[in-house]
Amino acid sequence: MKVELTVNGESRLTEVEPRKSLLDCLRDNFNLNGAHAGCEHGVCGACTVLVDGQPVRSCLMFAVQADGYAITTIEGLTPAPGELSVIQDAFCETHGMQCGYCTPAMVLTAHALLQRNAAPTREEIVESISGNICRCTGYGQIVEAIALAADRLSRANAPQGGAVR
Amino acid sequence: MSAIAKLRYVSTPRRVREDRRFVAGHGRYVADIKAEGTLHVALVASPHAAARIVSIDASAALAMPGVHHVLTGEELAAGTDPLMNGLDTPEVRRYPLAVGQARYAGEWVAAVVADSRALAEDAAERVRISYEVLPYVLDAERALEPDSTPVHPGHGSNVLLDRTFVWGEVDKHFAESPYELSFRVIWGRSSTVPIETFGVLASWDPWRNMLEVWASIQMPKYSDQIARAVRLPANAVRVHQDVDVGGSYGVKRGIKQTVIVAYLSRRLGRPVRLIEDRLENMRAGDAHGPDRIFDVSVAFNAEGIIRSMKMRALDNVGAYAGRSPFQLGKPVGAIVGPYQIQSVQYRAVSVTTNKAAQEAVRGFGQAPTNYAIETAIDKVAEKLGLDRIEMRRRNFIRKEQFPYLIPSGSTYDSGDYHTVVAKVLDHVQWPALEQERDRLRAKGLLAGIGIAACLEPSGGNSSFEPLLNPKNTTTTWMDSCRINVDLLGDITVTIHTTSSGQGHETLAATVVGEVLEIDPDKIRIMRPDSLTSLPSNSPVGSRMAIMLGGAAFHAAHKLKRKLLRIAGHQFGLAGDQLVYAGGGIAARDGKRKLSWMDLVLIAHRHIHMMPPDTEPGLEASHIYQVPTGGILPTPDGRVQMYPCHSFEFHVILVAIDPDLGKPEIRRYVIGHDCGTVINPHIVKGMTLGGIAHGIGAALLEEFVYDEQGQMITQSFMDYLLPSSHEVPKVEIVHHCTPSPFTVLGQKGSGESGYLGAPAAISGAINDAIRPLGISVGKLPIRISALSDAVAAARAKSSVTS
Amino acid sequence: MKPAPFEYVRPDSLEETCALLAADDDARIIAGGQTLVPMLAMRLARPTRLVDILRLRELNGIREDGGAIVIGAATRQADAEGHSLVAARLPLLAKVLPWVGHPPTRNRGTVGGSIAHADPSAEIPLVSVTLGAEIVLRSEAGVEAMSADEFFIGPMVTAIPMGACLTEVRLPVWTAKRVGVGFHEISARRSDFAFVSAAAQVALDTAGTCTQCAIGVGGAGDRPVRFDGASAALVGTKLSNKDIEDAVNMDIGQLETMSDLHASADYRRRVAAVLACRAVGDARDSALGLSS
Repeated sequence: MKVELTVNGESRLTEVEPRKSLLDCLRDNFNLNGAHAGCEHGVCGACTVLVDGQPVRSCLMFAVQADGYAITTIEGLTPAPGELSVIQDAFCETHGMQCGYCTPAMVLTAHALLQRNAAPTREEIVESISGNICRCTGYGQIVEAIALAADRLSRANAPQGGAVR
Repeated sequence: MSAIAKLRYVSTPRRVREDRRFVAGHGRYVADIKAEGTLHVALVASPHAAARIVSIDASAALAMPGVHHVLTGEELAAGTDPLMNGLDTPEVRRYPLAVGQARYAGEWVAAVVADSRALAEDAAERVRISYEVLPYVLDAERALEPDSTPVHPGHGSNVLLDRTFVWGEVDKHFAESPYELSFRVIWGRSSTVPIETFGVLASWDPWRNMLEVWASIQMPKYSDQIARAVRLPANAVRVHQDVDVGGSYGVKRGIKQTVIVAYLSRRLGRPVRLIEDRLENMRAGDAHGPDRIFDVSVAFNAEGIIRSMKMRALDNVGAYAGRSPFQLGKPVGAIVGPYQIQSVQYRAVSVTTNKAAQEAVRGFGQAPTNYAIETAIDKVAEKLGLDRIEMRRRNFIRKEQFPYLIPSGSTYDSGDYHTVVAKVLDHVQWPALEQERDRLRAKGLLAGIGIAACLEPSGGNSSFEPLLNPKNTTTTWMDSCRINVDLLGDITVTIHTTSSGQGHETLAATVVGEVLEIDPDKIRIMRPDSLTSLPSNSPVGSRMAIMLGGAAFHAAHKLKRKLLRIAGHQFGLAGDQLVYAGGGIAARDGKRKLSWMDLVLIAHRHIHMMPPDTEPGLEASHIYQVPTGGILPTPDGRVQMYPCHSFEFHVILVAIDPDLGKPEIRRYVIGHDCGTVINPHIVKGMTLGGIAHGIGAALLEEFVYDEQGQMITQSFMDYLLPSSHEVPKVEIVHHCTPSPFTVLGQKGSGESGYLGAPAAISGAINDAIRPLGISVGKLPIRISALSDAVAAARAKSSVTS
Repeated sequence: MKPAPFEYVRPDSLEETCALLAADDDARIIAGGQTLVPMLAMRLARPTRLVDILRLRELNGIREDGGAIVIGAATRQADAEGHSLVAARLPLLAKVLPWVGHPPTRNRGTVGGSIAHADPSAEIPLVSVTLGAEIVLRSEAGVEAMSADEFFIGPMVTAIPMGACLTEVRLPVWTAKRVGVGFHEISARRSDFAFVSAAAQVALDTAGTCTQCAIGVGGAGDRPVRFDGASAALVGTKLSNKDIEDAVNMDIGQLETMSDLHASADYRRRVAAVLACRAVGDARDSALGLSS
């Protein structure tokens, strides 16, 4: 089937079998390798992408179902080649990862959280990433990264000369 | 230890350089590597725990468009050699696909090759296999009985290994001790279960006679094993090591998977890839961990001093052996834990059953052993009515006793256990923690404190190989590093293995930068392929801080010495008259000076200025032997296992709603001493991740087989990995006792946390239910089983009262 | 883990959907796909055709109608979770929705999908049974409604006739002034399917006497069940802990519980009683304006 998807702001036309997951389509058809297959049955969350800004498991969605939505992958979060977003930078600052396999999904999930909640509590951070399994870190430095990013974003968004200290 | 007076980069919280590519989604994992014309493999699995393969009819599968081949075990066995066995058990033959007989449910019987993975799965459903079902055995104790059905009839029994070691006067010590107690604990079969399954892409180039391999691998001597199995010279197998590995923690060994695609690529003349799907991975990736029954007796006096221990460890390795029986050997090097136990009898028994094969798992058998040892300590304390911490203090090896030789022949490098314990108790405010437990108890909850003190042997040597297999005389397990300085003065360092999240690029850059006094961020790290690499034994056995760190340190010093020779030659001064600083060299009198670029230029362009007999260019490499290694075991099985011994001390508080039985970790504190820390972020992450993994092993994760031998926890809906909800905030208390055996005083930390967490959690739960007069001795501790035991105990006490 | 091949159609109307279903017994509806897709991936389900109803306007949305809140089958769980009508009128559903799967699965998973899949431990079916919801189906034969009690038959088995499409669920609104709810579940990990769960909704008069009560238990057996005997016994009481315990114990004996790897049948029975009592207690406290 032909399907036209909007990925990272760009409209892309491709041909897929109906049974092809959005995950496989992103990776095989568009060479966007940042979404990773972990379990292919919707539990581990390594394949998370944003669909209209909300985290969704791309292994549980067929590419043919994905037209008409704004799909954001990790590649769409990077401001420019070699440049990191505030959240990505915060993950580097706290070393919120080890092997990196679950990391793009974690970063996207954090991005969606901070879009709707600029100052999440620890519990809210923990809840937001509870659908993303990380096998390396025990989550501690990931939670720290998201809290750090929230803090930095709130400072960056504070009015000039505002009370940021 | 060659001390560096003042550390610039080591032990500072510098960023981990690998992270940049990962946060951007630009890691390069095996599934990201695409080769033109690649064919895809799906596997046909045995539905039976044991069955003779009567016939395989692939005609319907082969008739499907896009299907290229159906490989059977018979064809593969004719074209390849069996996979390596660690023990001397030649009749326990292992091929990547079952030959003649399937030995566990899920075992791969045929491999289907097609244009896409989906198509290969379609075709796999059409391969018709007729089986004759055979008797099977699942239970280790049953497998031990002489009349049990042998998994490998040619071997004659299910016993792969049954060796009893006696180190010291065990019988005498037992006879002389006023007290002894015995117990059994069981470590359930779980594993590290990385989020990336194992994957491999192989491509045979007939014009260069070269097998190119990209794999999600963490395996010592991987390319050699592949070459041997597929009957190629080792220099015709080129493993690309610039592949990011999505987690491993021991299990990504991938030999059988690689042999399948290597054979197929040669057979079909196309690149062939196998990326295990989750079901293939869980059922038949051959990556399960220890599945072990411990029977332990200890002899002790009224003060709680344990004099002697007898331990039998019976491990159910599953259907094939490989390296997994060695996981009974590695703990020999820390068989007494951090305690002054004077004599030990250790019986290591390994049996085959009709379960999936085991592989190396984080700690290589140490975490289960630590669980058994720590249970013994708690039980002795309980029997004597002693405080569990005091009990440990009395038995600990004291700081001034290091280096300390344990009965099994290993020398512990260094440690200061009493101080770590004191720091942790101070941090947790011990009396307040006990009050908190008692407050929870007063509220009607079951509450308990868990304590675990244990060692992480590190610096991964392979002494367990000659220990358990007399035909194996390996005494080195080296690693290496090479440094090249180019004409522009920029530094490139090569490391010779893949990494699976341990931050080896950061490690090597930090150490080289430290020695050369050059900003590590300016140093490039590269990973050559296996054919252009120096020897490495991969990041197993918590070894890379020690081994890659050591190799990098010595290579950098070699380079520095060359620079000093060049400068000395210019100044006409001996080495002791020179001062190296920040890459430049000055005469001690301060009058003359050569900058880094001056020296680089001489080395690269001005041979006429070089000292005689000095090679041009600026390069240094070092192959580093494991410190304290190099010695074969004694005939009675004493051996120096690993060089270094990190220490961890866990204190945790668990609360259990008595009606529901669900343990909740209310507080988690760990004291950790791994000597000199090279990168604090990395060590912290390893420790937190290890604890999370330990929580899984203690409470959630298990590969369960039903009575028919079918694995019933094959998806992530039933094999439960801890999520962010299940892992509490962990407080780490640091201590540093440098190792005298390593270049910077560093020890390993790749297994930290995991080695003690299960023991601590089990201890906390047992402390919580002790007032009911019950205990649990099997991991994982399931909510329902715990609750059922609590309910039974309460019912009993209400009847008696 | 790739699904067997299937055709994919996305009809523009419910009518067309029913025609597609009528034409092919092996066609299956897909909405959010959060339960169906894993079954497809493992090839446990092998439909010839997937009929995608997620975007059908007729099946989306939440409205109030004749004493009930009507939720379109294709309404996403995340949308229901944040909806003001649910918060105001269906406190029990509002309470359980955060326990359904994970945030990312709620972003795709639908209210109707959870009901149609009928997992015995799923939260939305439990609320449907507890509150006595009406489930509306449509097929070429017309519109049909059935009670949640009739709808759930067994694990992943429902009374949906061949060719029918679940269109909406009508959850009754309690009009009493003082309504309180309670919900508890126990699972190995917070977001897993529950070993046992219990939901309760109570209404109190100004004197604090119970005027209305509904108690449901999920996960224990092959489908969610309502404790009608206990509920009836509690009406007219002050819902003291003793009242609750006695009432729940009346029904617990009849509860059929199952045993599996994760929990024994005994455990499920014991804990069902405990959680049911706690849920009613919480419902009472929240109706009284006490925190729960």
